Amino acid sequence: MNRKIIAGLAATLACSAVLADEIRNYRAEAVAMMKRDFKAKGIATTDRLHEDGVQAICNRSGDNPPKDIAARLEKDQLESVKYPADGKLMGDWKAGEKLAQSGRGMTWSDKAGVPGGGNCYNCHQISPTEMSFGTIGPSLYQFGKTRGNTPDMQKYVYGKIWNAKAYNLCSQMPRFGHVNALNEKQIKDLVALLLDPQSPVNSK
Amino acid sequence: MKQRLGMLLAAAALTTSFAVHAQQSAKKAPPAAKAAAPANKSEVSKEFEKFREVLEEDNPAELYEAKGEDIWKNKKGPNGTSMAQCDLGLGAGVVKGAYVHMPRYFADVGQVMDAERRVVHCMIKYLGYSEADIRKQPFSNVNKTPDHVSVITYVAAQSRNMKIAAPQKHPKEIEAYNIGKEIFAYRAGPYDFSCASCHGEDGKRIRTQDLPNLRKPDEAIRAYQGWPGYRMTGGFMLTQQWRMNDCFRQQRFPEPSYLSDSITALLAYMTVTANGQTYKGPGIKR
Amino acid sequence: MADPMKIRAQMKGDTAEIRVLMSHPMETGQRKDNAGNTVPAHYIQSITVDVGGKRVIQGQTATSVSRNPVFGFRVKGAKAGDKVVIHWEDNKGDKRTDEATIAA
Repeated sequence: MNRKIIAGLAATLACSAVLADEIRNYRAEAVAMMKRDFKAKGIATTDRLHEDGVQAICNRSGDNPPKDIAARLEKDQLESVKYPADGKLMGDWKAGEKLAQSGRGMTWSDKAGVPGGGNCYNCHQISPTEMSFGTIGPSLYQFGKTRGNTPDMQKYVYGKIWNAKAYNLCSQMPRFGHVNALNEKQIKDLVALLLDPQSPVNSK
Repeated sequence: MKQRLGMLLAAAALTTSFAVHAQQSAKKAPPAAKAAAPANKSEVSKEFEKFREVLEEDNPAELYEAKGEDIWKNKKGPNGTSMAQCDLGLGAGVVKGAYVHMPRYFADVGQVMDAERRVVHCMIKYLGYSEADIRKQPFSNVNKTPDHVSVITYVAAQSRNMKIAAPQKHPKEIEAYNIGKEIFAYRAGPYDFSCASCHGEDGKRIRTQDLPNLRKPDEAIRAYQGWPGYRMTGGFMLTQQWRMNDCFRQQRFPEPSYLSDSITALLAYMTVTANGQTYKGPGIKR
Repeated sequence: MADPMKIRAQMKGDTAEIRVLMSHPMETGQRKDNAGNTVPAHYIQSITVDVGGKRVIQGQTATSVSRNPVFGFRVKGAKAGDKVVIHWEDNKGDKRTDEATIAA
């Protein structure tokens, strides 16, 4: 064996020791700081600062997780979706429209036990009559008209609202059913808003 | 004698009638602009910007600025101390330009402080304000704009039209920036939101509200413009600390303590990102 | 004790442009506080403006005027250097007088 390799190895080791000293885990420091500084208020308790598995992988990968890990976790998320026992996935689009308008739910100024809203217009264009819509998510206008409302499509929309992460692990969309922000009936009404042929979403 | 005096009150009627509506709807959310179609790049926001420019000329923020100036210059603490002893980073009593040079490291306390935190620190130390009282009502509401909010408004106004220049020299300043950057990106809570969920991409909106991408310098300045701001809906002053607080509420997080390290770090990240951009002073918000 | 007004007065051609910001809660008597109690009406009810020693405005206001109101008016025939004196009184007997000089 020659000395060069050994010297090189030693240099590498020394170098990594220096780096380890200088590279700080700012994320861990940030989380520790927030856990110290944030206080429970109303229904917004401090356990909300803990990441779950999905949040953790998205936080560590800048919302760009390795494909295989993403696929595995998406599968887990999809398996956790609870479909209605009666098998009916479409409710009342009118109730869905009202729900889509409401931006309430889950903040420290919301009351416990009061059903929240869908927050849908905050991010999506939906019915053509509502001009005040956000653009963080894609437009859902004509959603059912272009895609139909087959049982598979209903199942997809129900699942997407119940747990958006089942289809795109680091989606910016909340997991409304998964975290009990919306109940089964509410999700059915939103499915109808998007897929019912009578819904203004699908009007010409 | 020819000196006949006439008057026109039309301007007065115009200016006041809007504000009346604003006050009466204090409890409701801002009305959605249903009439105008924000088809391309938010026409509604542009219209509102124009409206705001007109109002900037007679911004009631000036009333709070004047009150803050009076407290800064004339108020005395129990031991005869005053804000003349307060060092905002540019020397004792120096107010001009101080606002745009914070957050910064302050050796006397051994930590980084943002402008609001430093002002409150001084008001407790030199004017004898009670920290407990300030924490009881940190933000203004329709019933009361606390003194420290007026003083912050005064301090901010003394940096009008100056360039943001938050320092990154002391290790603690660099640490605050880096931790703030992580807080900005940290997704958690029932909705999986981080600051970046709304403020991490270009050209997005919530409803008709434009969202600046706070990771970019020319947009990060928008987190500064208009703060402290006079809120027309209700008629009181709100500060940047309030803005951070309400963002976390909408993020569905628990509540950050007022003047906490986390908020200072977040402001350090956002301010340093906006370095070099021009701050226009206290503003007016809907 | 009421907070000071902010008065701006400047000549524009032969007309003085005067703007005043007043610090006042202007409670309508209809608003409820967080506890659900009605907040009593508290509003400016009379305003006078004197320019160069002459009364140019004497007016009554009521609850339809906003919190921290802004008033603007133009006065013909005034000149730079004239003193502007503005005075208000509210329904609780509180009052305030401030003055400014018309700028060229």
